[in-house]
Amino acid sequence: MKKEGKVYILQRRAYLLGIYVLLILGTIVMIFPFFWMISTAFKPANEIQLMPPKWLPSRFYWQNFADAWNAAPFGRYFFNSFFVATVTTIGEVFFTILAAYAFAKMDFLGKNVLFIAFLGTMMIPGEMLLVPNYLTIARTLHWLDTYYALIVPWLVSVFGIFLLRQFFLTIPDELWDAARIDGCGRFRYLWTVMVPLSRPGIATVALFKFIGSWNAFLWVLIMTNSDRMRTVPVGLAIFRAEAGTEYGPLMAASTMAMLPILLLFFFTQKQFIQGITRSGLKS
Amino acid sequence: MEPRGWRVSFRERLNLSWQERYGRGRFWRETLYAYIYLLPALVILGTFTFYPFFKAFWISAHRYYPDLLHPSYVGWDNYLTVFKDELFWRSLWHTVAYVLGSVIPQLTLGLFIALLLNSRIRAKSFFRTAYFLPYVTPSIAASMVFLWLYDRDYGLLNYILNKLFHVNFIDWLNNPSFALPAVIILGIWKYTGFNVVIYLAGLQGIDRTYYEAAEVDGANAWARFRYITLPLLSPTTFFLFIISIIGAFKVFNEIYVLWPGATGGPLNAAMTIMIYFYHKAFGEYHLGEGAAVANILFVIIFVITLIQMRLSRRWVFYQ
Repeated sequence: MKKEGKVYILQRRAYLLGIYVLLILGTIVMIFPFFWMISTAFKPANEIQLMPPKWLPSRFYWQNFADAWNAAPFGRYFFNSFFVATVTTIGEVFFTILAAYAFAKMDFLGKNVLFIAFLGTMMIPGEMLLVPNYLTIARTLHWLDTYYALIVPWLVSVFGIFLLRQFFLTIPDELWDAARIDGCGRFRYLWTVMVPLSRPGIATVALFKFIGSWNAFLWVLIMTNSDRMRTVPVGLAIFRAEAGTEYGPLMAASTMAMLPILLLFFFTQKQFIQGITRSGLKS
Repeated sequence: MEPRGWRVSFRERLNLSWQERYGRGRFWRETLYAYIYLLPALVILGTFTFYPFFKAFWISAHRYYPDLLHPSYVGWDNYLTVFKDELFWRSLWHTVAYVLGSVIPQLTLGLFIALLLNSRIRAKSFFRTAYFLPYVTPSIAASMVFLWLYDRDYGLLNYILNKLFHVNFIDWLNNPSFALPAVIILGIWKYTGFNVVIYLAGLQGIDRTYYEAAEVDGANAWARFRYITLPLLSPTTFFLFIISIIGAFKVFNEIYVLWPGATGGPLNAAMTIMIYFYHKAFGEYHLGEGAAVANILFVIIFVITLIQMRLSRRWVFYQ
């Protein structure tokens, strides 16, 4: 009996050890490209093209970053990305709160029809809208190669509206009755009561929007045609086409392009993963 | 002690709110307000989603060359042109191969890693972050790293494959047989973490008492997995399947970086439907044909979703 217990414990330990080994192997595969990118970014050209490869640079060689920064207007790209992502996020949060409130707490003519129409847009792949939107922006609005083209169409997200609506629905109506008795208007009630109570939901919507806007590629590729308006991903892709196989500057530029998003992710990780699982499991 | 006047006005307000609540006038007023709140969303969705959805069909029935500014009506011609194009069918086939080749490993690996993570181990959140990291990385930057890993002479992938399995150096990006696998490997690396996180949440949502009851009944680990975990995870699997297939159908960024200029790789071996679309619409500016391709993509995705909804009724087990 006692022996059996010992065997059991040993088995259990071996089992756990196996799990750790597998998980660590997987982690190495996942993390390795990042390591290799950073390592390459700090190597001079003669250490990059080596076989067998050198795992670490002999010294920190910053010239790749300078070369990349000077070869393309990355300063402008970063400014554009920050500007577009920030304005889009603020505007989207504002409009999303308004629309989500109407769907969650108001009774109005055509509510169900609109609700289904909004829901239906989630079935439309954005790729289908590229050509018509290109025509609208180029011909009707004359917004090609402007910030308007990069910001305005993304100020509303149906996904955000439904996510926030779920949050708003959980807030009891008694709060509104009480606020109304105290003479509080609808608009003020929304911003001083509903919004603070739904902070996690709003943070999720904002976070997704910011990252989505920062990573947007095809739309920006189509809607811009000068370095003045390009964002980081598009600038990076164009730099790649020009730089060819100069991996030092290429990896330096990639490191710079990843940095803001990875930092944002590390600081908001919990929120982010919660947001992903919540929205994932609901739909 | 409250002042008398306050009480009176309190009751008056209550009465008013009762009338407002059930009166006809209130409904119309609320309708007005609701539309004011919805106005920005309606204007933007109307301009950039609803209107272009219908316009996409109109555009696909017109020819935009030789005169881009004055399209002429051609009926179904654009669709016929596309269907007669051998390259379209090849791009569709490549897309399907990419979808199958990347989605199935993503889900399987995602479930496997989530199961490992769901056991009693330390540093759970560290591992979860590590697996999730590729998913949040901007795809353009991540693809650049793989561009370097895939280098024929100095790329690390060839070095490792050669050291471990004595594989001859592969020209990943210029050999037509390896172009699509290169994209698939990148896709698996980038999107598995998403599946891990969702599966992990699904696993944590399963009631532990099921397992306890099964253990009492003498079910072994495999039986517990097969008859408890798998059925109870089926809504998660179903969700991930739809999301991943739709996402994979639209693969574009990675290919655009690996082979710049939307050329579709060596001998078009990595030409997928989105690259084909981009080439038609914004390379040649044959907007009508481009719109036709995009509409076909819409129909494909729509049909896939419908089929999966149908199947889900039979296969998905809701708790």
